[in-house]
Amino acid sequence: MSTEPVTSAPVTGTARVKRGMAEMLKGGVIMDVVNADQAKIAEDAGAVAVMALERVPADIRAEGGVSRMSDPDMVEGIINAVSIPVMAKARIGHFVEAQVLQAIGVDYVDESEVLTPADEANHIDKWAFTVPFVCGATNLGEALRRIAEGAAMIRSKGEAGTGNVVEATRHMRQIRADIRRLTILDDTELFAAAKELRAPFELVKEISETGKLPVVLFTAGGIATPADAAMMMQLGAEGVFVGSGIFKSGDPAKRAAAIVKATTFHDDPDVIAKVSRGLGEAMVGINVATLPDEQRLATRGW
Amino acid sequence: MIIGVLALQGDVREHLAALAECDVIARPVRRPAELDDVDAIVIPGGESTTMSKLLVDFELFEPLHKRIAEGLPAFGSCAGMIMLADEVLDGRPDQRSLGGIDMTVRRNAFGRQVDSFEKEIELSGVDGPVHAVFIRAPWVERVGEGVTVIGEVDGRIVAVRQRNVLATAFHPELTGDLRVHRLFVDMARAQQTEG
Repeated sequence: MSTEPVTSAPVTGTARVKRGMAEMLKGGVIMDVVNADQAKIAEDAGAVAVMALERVPADIRAEGGVSRMSDPDMVEGIINAVSIPVMAKARIGHFVEAQVLQAIGVDYVDESEVLTPADEANHIDKWAFTVPFVCGATNLGEALRRIAEGAAMIRSKGEAGTGNVVEATRHMRQIRADIRRLTILDDTELFAAAKELRAPFELVKEISETGKLPVVLFTAGGIATPADAAMMMQLGAEGVFVGSGIFKSGDPAKRAAAIVKATTFHDDPDVIAKVSRGLGEAMVGINVATLPDEQRLATRGW
Repeated sequence: MIIGVLALQGDVREHLAALAECDVIARPVRRPAELDDVDAIVIPGGESTTMSKLLVDFELFEPLHKRIAEGLPAFGSCAGMIMLADEVLDGRPDQRSLGGIDMTVRRNAFGRQVDSFEKEIELSGVDGPVHAVFIRAPWVERVGEGVTVIGEVDGRIVAVRQRNVLATAFHPELTGDLRVHRLFVDMARAQQTEG
């Protein structure tokens, strides 16, 4: 899928440059920011990219209403404030929001369940864009449906805006377990597996052979501490999105830098212990088990 | 021969895999003690601002800077090219590069992600065209004496070499073509023989 025809003229928007962009973010932390000042704090702390949005998930949760793409002025303000890549969110299925984000020059579009879905049957046809897309997934089937639609990067959904890592843990374990299971099936069984996963057979077959997704896998949803980030990395994430966890905490600059270090040294408890000291208050969390179904974001997406 | 890949952030795995196919021992390097063991170093693609910060925070900056200045063979792709430049434009004010090549590099010079591209280019020292992948890529605006330009795109310098240090604005590690990595391994071996 990543073998593009060889030409001598420059070609943009290929699967390789889209997926390759995500490869460059590996081992890094992508932080939600709502203005240029926060974006600078994130860049100072060592973020590999920022996600520009009007309200962090915790506020979307608290305030309710319909949540949409951010004002282009606000996204542009952030693009002009930092030198690292800038991502922004479009509603599930809202291809015009994605067109707008591409037109203003964002580096990655997150077709995100955190915003209110705009289409309850279809996601965006992401092959039609030059800008690459990241999409959330709770299991392998969902990840492969998004990749089939052109997603160049996958992240766990977790339960955004809760400061509770339990759902991200569930999704990371589920995706990795689904992948491991495919590697031990024989060719006949792969047809049934594809049906069960509701995913294209070619992708299922590819994963049974390689033992990994064809795109980078990050984690997202509820990460609030350096130890949360390190646990997700040890569970197989290749990098971390932190949403409300940084700017809803007592000392965002310090916490942001600590999460960056814990992500790089995710397998070194001494480093994680050192950076976890004196961070001030973490964001107030929500017990996901008490969340009514209609307030769960991870169930959005089909 | 042991070649290290700076493993603070970026596409470390792709460089390790390419080097492993070039008959050398490839190892990730995140700590000063790990740096001591290597005969050459690769700085991967990634975010140069992040790498620069982590190099300083984890006390790798000075030892790596010193070893490159003393002749440790080094190869950098994209962010790695930025890290190996003596001068960086459009970086952060506090961004520190390791240096090693007398050149001025402009970050993200080819544009944002929507401008990222693939193209076949000529590379001196490598037979036949090289399929080059440019992702938010830098270019070289100035080279000093003693720097050899080995590749260009539309008049922009995208690959250079000075003594034992090699840098490309594109990502040879993403294509499965080992020729650029082999060129670097040959450079490192020649240095070892001389040394």
